[in-house]
Amino acid sequence: MGDSIKLRYDVNGEDFVTCGQASEDVKRTLKGIGIPSATIRRVSIAMYEGEINMVIHGGGGVAEVEIFEDRITIVLKDTGKGIADIEKAMQEGYSTATEDIRELGFGAGMGLPNMKKYSDEFAIESKVGQGTTVTMTINFQEDA
Amino acid sequence: MHLRDVVKILDAEILTENDDSALDIDVHTACGSDMMSDVLAYVKDQGLLLTGLVNPQVVRTSEMVDIVAIAFVRGKRPDKMTVELAQSKNIILIGTQQKMYQACGKLYAAGLGN
Ligand SMILES: Nc1ncnc2c1ncn2[C@@H]1O[C@H](COP(=O)(O)OP(=O)(O)OP(=O)(O)O)[C@@H](O)[C@H]1O
Ligand SMILES: [Mg+2]
Repeated sequence: MGDSIKLRYDVNGEDFVTCGQASEDVKRTLKGIGIPSATIRRVSIAMYEGEINMVIHGGGGVAEVEIFEDRITIVLKDTGKGIADIEKAMQEGYSTATEDIRELGFGAGMGLPNMKKYSDEFAIESKVGQGTTVTMTINFQEDA
Repeated sequence: MHLRDVVKILDAEILTENDDSALDIDVHTACGSDMMSDVLAYVKDQGLLLTGLVNPQVVRTSEMVDIVAIAFVRGKRPDKMTVELAQSKNIILIGTQQKMYQACGKLYAAGLGN
């Protein structure tokens, strides 16, 4: 049993341009330890969607990632405006994104459903005015 | 289809600096979209993305779904930072004057599946 790899990233809520760097780094790390590419893609999409949400909706925060032998856990925590109705937010096509965001290519309301679809365990907690925490676990063995 | 053929069919300009051999890569399928949300949600094994968007998240989105080349349509051109970002990820950028519908249609007609 090897030790886990722990990674921590500050996700700058002001910076749409650099958004995605944490997901990139995780992708690189998984590649480096020989995780199958189909699994890496699931992790990358789920984490990147979450990172984008932290920036366009959550005002930025912290991403904490732990890579174990058989799985990865990703915790995305922001202290932004929170989500009033999580059930609604989880529906495909539901989005409060502004026209500006849509012009950048986001805001189809697909992110959260997509994150859930690609993770083996998915949890979201949110308090209006306090922030949102998304926790995802993706197992490695299934695609091996 | 080789990327070289895509360049020819779209009468495209190559925007990243690559070895000439980079154009020998094979792209089996393509996807055309201006919504990165949809690319992330629906793309399976598309090697090529056609898009009218030029912001850096187009490159990041492509990297996450293992897209190897991006064709910018309608004469749109990314800024230097976006080109450098693509370069650092070995993603090839090309640009065409053609509109999305034409560009996709020509590639499809030439045998590039979806
Ligand atoms: N971290 C967050 N903080 C506050 N609100 C959020 C957060 N994440 C999601 N939401 C809310 O949930 C909605 C749905 O999120 P989802 O990621 O599914 O879609 P989107 O971000 O609007 O569009 P897409 O992900 O397709 O680009 C958002 O429009 C927003 O209202
Ligand atoms: Mg989203």
